[in-house]
Amino acid sequence: MKEGRPGWEAAVRIGLAAGLAVVFVSGLLALLGVSPARAFMEMASGSVGSAGKLADVLVAWVPLLLVASGLLVTFAAGLWNIGIEGQVMMGAVFTTWMLRLLQDAALPPALVLALAIGAGMLGGALWAVFAGLLKTHGGVNEIFGGLGLNFVASGLALWLIFGPWKRPGVGSMSGTEPFPEALWLPQIGALRLSGWALALGVLGIVLVGALLRGTYFGLKVKAVGRNARAAFLLGIPTTRYMLSGFALCGALAGAAGALQVTAVYHRLIPAISSGYGFLGLLVAMLSGYRALAVPFVAFFFAALNIGSIQLPIVFRLDSSLSGVLQGMLVLCVLVVHGARRRFRREAAP
Amino acid sequence: MNIALENISKRFGEVQANEGISLAVPAGTIHGILGENGAGKSTLMKILSGFIRADSGRTFLDGAPAQIRGPADAIRLGIGMLHQDPLDFPPMTAVDNFLAGRTGAWRLSRPDARRELEERQADFDFRVDPGARVENLTVGERQQLEMVRLLSLGARALILDEPTTGISALQKDRLFAALRKLAADGKSIILISHKLRDVEMLCDEVTVLRRARVAGRAQAPYDLNELVRLMFGRVVTREPRLEVPTGGPLLTLDGLAVEDHRLRLAGLNLEIRAGEVIGLAGLEGSGQELFLRACGGLLRPAAGRLRLAGRDLAGEPYPVFRDAGIAYVPAARLEEGLVAGLTPAEHFAIVEPGGGLVIDWKLTMEQAERRIAEYDIRGAATGPVDSLSGGNQQRALLSLLPPGLCLVLLEHPTRGLDVESASAIWRKLLDRCADGAALVFTSSDLEEILQYSDRVLVFFGGQVAGPVPASAMTVERLGEMMGGQP
Ligand SMILES: Nc1ncnc2c1ncn2[C@@H]1O[C@H](COP(=O)(O)OP(=O)(O)OP(=O)(O)O)[C@@H](O)[C@H]1O
Ligand SMILES: [Mg+2]
Repeated sequence: MKEGRPGWEAAVRIGLAAGLAVVFVSGLLALLGVSPARAFMEMASGSVGSAGKLADVLVAWVPLLLVASGLLVTFAAGLWNIGIEGQVMMGAVFTTWMLRLLQDAALPPALVLALAIGAGMLGGALWAVFAGLLKTHGGVNEIFGGLGLNFVASGLALWLIFGPWKRPGVGSMSGTEPFPEALWLPQIGALRLSGWALALGVLGIVLVGALLRGTYFGLKVKAVGRNARAAFLLGIPTTRYMLSGFALCGALAGAAGALQVTAVYHRLIPAISSGYGFLGLLVAMLSGYRALAVPFVAFFFAALNIGSIQLPIVFRLDSSLSGVLQGMLVLCVLVVHGARRRFRREAAP
Repeated sequence: MNIALENISKRFGEVQANEGISLAVPAGTIHGILGENGAGKSTLMKILSGFIRADSGRTFLDGAPAQIRGPADAIRLGIGMLHQDPLDFPPMTAVDNFLAGRTGAWRLSRPDARRELEERQADFDFRVDPGARVENLTVGERQQLEMVRLLSLGARALILDEPTTGISALQKDRLFAALRKLAADGKSIILISHKLRDVEMLCDEVTVLRRARVAGRAQAPYDLNELVRLMFGRVVTREPRLEVPTGGPLLTLDGLAVEDHRLRLAGLNLEIRAGEVIGLAGLEGSGQELFLRACGGLLRPAAGRLRLAGRDLAGEPYPVFRDAGIAYVPAARLEEGLVAGLTPAEHFAIVEPGGGLVIDWKLTMEQAERRIAEYDIRGAATGPVDSLSGGNQQRALLSLLPPGLCLVLLEHPTRGLDVESASAIWRKLLDRCADGAALVFTSSDLEEILQYSDRVLVFFGGQVAGPVPASAMTVERLGEMMGGQP
């Protein structure tokens, strides 16, 4: 069932918001004595200027896509899965663990990789269900539970990197010993990008889109999210649906973590999640919780991330400027959204 | 305040909700608005109170053209509206609700507000505990609070959208006395109602809407048949209750005790037979809701047994009750009954999932069309349920009941329905009785209770009298028992 207003209107809104954000950031750049036009040109060429750069953007796009598709499910269930960051982390940890277990066994690498990614999805799902159980059975709001579990997950990863899984000799922030190349997801030519990872990311958003749009499961999740009390009276086991929502989101986040290990870093590093969990929250929100918009918004954020790597090199600006731009963008979207609501108040009851 | 609406039109997508409606309410009068479900009554009043904007037409207040851009504008101009579904803030206390919407001073003084609330309540003999949380108040109390709040904000005109559904007779008397007093003070009152008797008692003039237009006007004294004809375009008569022979015992309550934080019902013994209709009478909050929720598995009994066809269900979770064929229809439609934002068709897909994972929308839409036709729900199957008119939401809620139930528990089943739809709904409910189901319902309409029940339980402050056969009762006697007279 189609929801709400036509998609183009959402697109116009996002465009307008992006425009506003660009205006603000230009002002900021001008204050810093940098020509905004040149800065944006650099960012553009640094992100989509060449096949290599584009591949880098896609490398960032895949985990964002997976995380944001998972979050579409939890948002539909009315849940703020802030624990997503920890779920990505646990995905990476479980994947690393499985790879370590099997790397010396005489199994075909393809099977080992599949098992490792499966383990990562399981790890993410378990971590998410944990946050869910804290909510449904412990009365802990998922936002606080999730935040707590994020700390635990990153603590666990650090402990593993500096403890049991440390490199021969001394543990370091550079992570665990890299896995043999046979256990890397195959890459496209000389690019850092893996076709398998790309396929998994696309599969994730397509599945979630179809799930929410056309299945009884998706419809019931939405009902629970909009009015849990009524959903319960209508016979939907609300707790089970909330936990399933968490599990699904966690599995997708875990897949993102697994790909960070198997396709990008080939080892566990402390910052393995690269903040994609939180960024995914922004992507999902800015997409207006629509599966169709997620790939575009995720691509934009990925490009922003990669493109801004140029800024410190060329202008001696801090790369955190991309963070400022992202923040601006979010604020502008909220402002445009609010303005629209004000403008068309009669749509509200 | 003199209010005049001129040529108001409003369209929602494909639905023309108001079309060229004009209305004049002089200061110091009570004006009734009648009309079948979906006629456009709430829409017109939402336009006057600034909740929605008309597509065209003008509003005059005390002769001067007024631009009402929002509820805040409306209240500044002195217009306050009590909505069909309350718009207050349930988790907050009564005083805090009372303070909500104040402008001016930044610092809130609760003691002052409390004093003011109590003073204003005393004017009307209202008795809302200022410290109580709004979610624990009855519908009637919430209404009293909202009324006092609007008056404290300077309302000189009050609009009430179906204020008498879901409140007790006593609260209704207080409300009417208050409205008369306000009118005598020169305030203007507009009352939307489906209850002709209420309108007859209270209103100086009525306007009848039908299909978005003014169908006619009348002044007191009224010819009720003429009003009905204006509302429906024909004469509607209440049909006699069709008799359903009752069968064997269906639900047996054995020393059942139920309690919540305000009330305790104890030692309930009752045998409900198949095909039977049990009416629950009582002032609101006297224990009927507890009783219904316990029978529906939503409230765990503190003691006793609840046997359905021999099987003890006490203490079992709600899904077990549901699977056993017991259904519960709550009074708060948008809070507990329907999922705002989903369409009626989506609701049907939820309660009647086809096999498989993927929703067959074609089939679902066909089923939806069938149910919509069967329950005469006016409004699109593909728009959100919350954009249906109040009465149509109620029909949608009832249309969600699955077939083949053995016990249907209903809170105010015809709340907000016009006379014609109410009897259509009862026909459907009684069809279930003919199939061997039993019905238990609450209603604040004593005539409805006596007309449709076989037996009546009367609740008073947690005490339960009866069951008494409805045929041996009169409205007066029922009223006495509800007031606690043995
Ligand atoms: N926000 C909305 N969006 C779309 N349609 C609406 C909206 N509000 C009302 N309508 C439609 O406008 C028509 C008039 O609705 P309204 O609520 O004014 O009826 P009403 O006379 O108050 O009926 P009832 O007695 O059932 O409360 C209905 O067909 C309803 O479906
Ligand atoms: Mg209405």
